[in-house]
Amino acid sequence: MGGNTAINLGVFGVFVLITLFIVYRAGSRNATASDYYAAGSSFTGPQNGIALSGDFLSAASFLGISGSIAVNGYDGFLYSIGWVVSWLLGLMIISERLRNTGRFTLGDVLAFRMRQRPVRAAAANVTLVISLFYMIAQMAGAGALMALLLDVHSKVGQAVIIAVVGIVMVLYVLVGGMKGTTWVQIIKAVLLIMCVTLMTVFLLGKFGFSLSAILETASRNTPLGPEVLEPGARYGGTPTSRLDFISLALALVLGTASLPHVLMRFYTVPNAREARRSVVWATWMMATFYLCTLVIGFGALALVGSKEIASAPGGENSAAPLLAYEIGGAVLLGVVSAVAFATILAVVAGLTLTASASFAHDVYANVIKRGQADPRSEVKVARLTAVVVGLLAIGGGIAANGQNVAFLVALAFALAASANLSTIIYSMFWKRFNTPGTLWAVYGGLGSCIVLITFSPAVSGTKTSIFSDVDFAWFPLGNPGLVSIPFSFLCGYLGTILSKEKSDPVKQAEMEVRSLTGIGSGLK
Amino acid sequence: MTKAILPPTDSRPARGGRGFATFDDPGTSLLVDEAGDPDFVALQASPDFLELRRRITIFVVPATCGFLLWYLGYVALSAYAPDFMGTPVYGVLNIGLLFGLLQFASTIALTLAYARYARRKLDPQVDAVRSLTAEDQA
Repeated sequence: MGGNTAINLGVFGVFVLITLFIVYRAGSRNATASDYYAAGSSFTGPQNGIALSGDFLSAASFLGISGSIAVNGYDGFLYSIGWVVSWLLGLMIISERLRNTGRFTLGDVLAFRMRQRPVRAAAANVTLVISLFYMIAQMAGAGALMALLLDVHSKVGQAVIIAVVGIVMVLYVLVGGMKGTTWVQIIKAVLLIMCVTLMTVFLLGKFGFSLSAILETASRNTPLGPEVLEPGARYGGTPTSRLDFISLALALVLGTASLPHVLMRFYTVPNAREARRSVVWATWMMATFYLCTLVIGFGALALVGSKEIASAPGGENSAAPLLAYEIGGAVLLGVVSAVAFATILAVVAGLTLTASASFAHDVYANVIKRGQADPRSEVKVARLTAVVVGLLAIGGGIAANGQNVAFLVALAFALAASANLSTIIYSMFWKRFNTPGTLWAVYGGLGSCIVLITFSPAVSGTKTSIFSDVDFAWFPLGNPGLVSIPFSFLCGYLGTILSKEKSDPVKQAEMEVRSLTGIGSGLK
Repeated sequence: MTKAILPPTDSRPARGGRGFATFDDPGTSLLVDEAGDPDFVALQASPDFLELRRRITIFVVPATCGFLLWYLGYVALSAYAPDFMGTPVYGVLNIGLLFGLLQFASTIALTLAYARYARRKLDPQVDAVRSLTAEDQA
């Protein structure tokens, strides 16, 4: 690519310095647990909404979706829609209730009317597994991105960069806590949205503000021809691949709002109304973002062409950077690259914070210390966990670098939908739901996801698998959601009705009233 | 005199004699226990809370089922009826692209509709339930 490594590194370096300074200013007095986990619940709805979109929009969404649209046309677009629609679930079912019921983690909500220790341990297990999988995928992606944007092709060079990403992310979390991390998300989200909006306006202007002119030019620049605007390029084909896509779509629409780092963001606002406003803002940001990627994807096809995209290092992922170079030269390419880095950094920082909060608040304070932990030592444990999680992510990212780990992202969504959503919904809406039901649903969803993915073509048996020379796959789909989500609901149901344990009606009343009104939560 | 500070938007129905605080008996209007903490079991059975729950249910359940069906239907059509989705509508625009853009439109419309409904119908009712406790008087 014609980019200039010095410019790319320079823009990125400036971003890291500015954000580190802001994080330092925002978080220098991080004394209490509430500050570290939830920024003292001091953010407004709009601020948190922007941060939510920052937490959620990964480099995979930016480079991956625009690239997928450039290569697969309609099917890439289809993939992006689930991520917008899914926020409705967060808006109407999850955000307000979660804010009213819990304080810092998902475990607060799930364990509200259950036996504390086993349920909190289960909630923490799921959060840690999802966070680690998602982080390893992001870190491995960072390595691939370096190859593309900085011309770093040696494995050692990429490992160094993955380590740098990991260290900066841990610094954000340690120095800034939730407050600093939230500001990083806000800055990154604003940069990302500005970047894609400007590119979109520029593209539209170049084609006389006619979307159909872009689509028409695009369809002339691909071997698919006009079929690029129709379904089937990516997910058509065999009945299995179609079913696989349905499974993916189900996990996306049900899993997004149940991802642990998204859930945790709802605690950074002071009350349920602000939580609702933050989802409204996030929805606007998402809709803008994905409409822009639609234009950028087809614009890349129209101006760069599928042949050049496919032959560039990084393949699909290079569509947006190539387009940026085409329309804005080395400077715009530098900006787009820096935004892509910033995106990875911010997402992994959010995940690190969530994982550390879950371990310190659920496992250390409530399982090990049985609720008697001193808040200061709890924060200390959280910080230590953040360092450990950071090291694990760096190690995992380096090990997974170059592997085809895209399935880990889809797996994280499937896990969130199978283990978190079912238990959240049952504990909010089903009076009889009890501790065994919660444990069955969590471990049923978690277990079935992991087992199914292990024996799927993503892990073994095909050329793109991790273990391509052995074949122990018997589950045909690469996305377990279609099976694991209903399975988790079924487990929750069976676990509840088969156990003799009665749910506590007084606690249930408290949870229901509190989740809908905030009474008893101390929130205004 | 808790009655006097209720906002004008308060629309709670009569609660059969409850709600008239006097100096002799300051606690009877509030669903709280001796310590002043909310009595959640009584709150859960109170007409105001049941009304709140009813208002949430009649919006959220149909809206959630509706958007999930609309989205999954769209995905299923894309997967299993690509020819239908490829039918041209206007210029290069085909049914699939149109439905896709409509997913964005319906998501935004439903988001705004829920936000408006919550502001007008749910928030006042939440305030009505909260006024049964000492929660906001601290």
